[in-house]
Amino acid sequence: MAKNDVKLLGVWASPFVMRARISLNIKSVNYEFLEETVGSKSELLLQSNPVHKKVPVLIHGDKPICESLVIVQYIDEVWTSSPSILSADHYDRAIQRFWAAYLDDKWFPAMRRIRGAQGEERQELVDQVVEGLALLEEAFGKYSKGKAFFGGDQIGFIDIAFGSLLGWLRVTEKVGEVKLLDEAKTPGLVKWADCFCADAAVKSVMPDTEKLIEFSKFLMAKMKGAPPPKN
Amino acid sequence: MSSSAMVTANQLIIMAELKLFRTWSSCFCLRVVWALDLKGIQYDTIFEDLSNKSSLLLQYNPVYKKVPVLVHNGKPLLESLVILEYIDEIWKQTPLLPEDPSERATARFWAKFGDDKVLPSIWNAFIKQGKDQEEAIVTAQENLGCVERQLTGKKFFNGETIGLVDLAFGWLANLLSVFEEVCGVTLIDHEKFPLLLEWIQNFADAPIIKESWPPRDKLITRYQAFHEVYTSKEAPK
Repeated sequence: MAKNDVKLLGVWASPFVMRARISLNIKSVNYEFLEETVGSKSELLLQSNPVHKKVPVLIHGDKPICESLVIVQYIDEVWTSSPSILSADHYDRAIQRFWAAYLDDKWFPAMRRIRGAQGEERQELVDQVVEGLALLEEAFGKYSKGKAFFGGDQIGFIDIAFGSLLGWLRVTEKVGEVKLLDEAKTPGLVKWADCFCADAAVKSVMPDTEKLIEFSKFLMAKMKGAPPPKN
Repeated sequence: MSSSAMVTANQLIIMAELKLFRTWSSCFCLRVVWALDLKGIQYDTIFEDLSNKSSLLLQYNPVYKKVPVLVHNGKPLLESLVILEYIDEIWKQTPLLPEDPSERATARFWAKFGDDKVLPSIWNAFIKQGKDQEEAIVTAQENLGCVERQLTGKKFFNGETIGLVDLAFGWLANLLSVFEEVCGVTLIDHEKFPLLLEWIQNFADAPIIKESWPPRDKLITRYQAFHEVYTSKEAPK
């Protein structure tokens, strides 16, 4: 497939964009990465994702695909000759979809609120996140079957959904001065995180934590100085 | 409508142990009921009282402790949209998702939009009062506008037949009018949402679907109680 048949609209810092990039890398798909400018949205983005006006958007031929986990599944369904991202077993696929949805619906929203929260609310959020990590540790033990990833020998759907959030997890730990991923409590996940970040499909697209910290400070400053959001 | 073809030995084995944990009112559970019924799949139903959850439910869904849970041969499946995709993969008759990957992606996108944006925004419009409610209604109607446009030229979101997105939005066909009646606000009117209103009619009256609606009077009572709780917490602004 010619390179310009597959385009990905994204930003370097977005964990959701990262999911799409990792998936395309796993499948060895050549694609054009169109980086959006922070603070403005391109015509192409507004046209291809009029509902959310957000990245990532995968444009395959002339078809836009939106929502990171929808994109990952699309990539898996189109490029079938390469390693699978979702399991061939129907029950395992359901488990993978469950955990990916859990990360997006429950775990990540709690984690991203930690930095802006204080006092009791902050502690509750930290507890929720740590509790979630304990559940994920258990899931990892069950599904990895002693191998490096949730997907076994290779990165799979849960690895992508969770691993893409590691950058912002580390930012929260450093800036928020809180330990979330703790070797004493979740040794499996700590080891998994190292394997994930070292994987060939991930390395080139995992943002540097220090760069993310600078970016998050820039975003916070912008939010404070910016007019109130309309939506 | 499911065919009355003979059930094969394989199907008997697959159906062998299928249990659905549900409540009488949950719209998320209804999705699973519809999917199973549309495909003509036999299953046992266990009705849960969420104020007194069974130990089985807690064992099957320790993460959320919620319904629906579909147990297939002892293995629990959680989260309604995940369950729907599982059902569609195992039982191929009356497909809920199209074959084409980009159409599947579109269906998944809209099902997610329904749960992430439409439902919460309508719930907000239901529980808020005064200026907050006015703003919530604007957001809800913006979201509904996106949904309305998806029905252009189609009887159902899936085309001529009911699919995943129709089941995902099924709650619009019964709960929405309950909310409107309880809080006295019209969210969907003929002028702005003619296609959605037509879809509601077609979906609500569709075979299989129409046989499973929870009793409306019970729903009114239930949501009246919710409404009282929420509106008594906040002073009108």
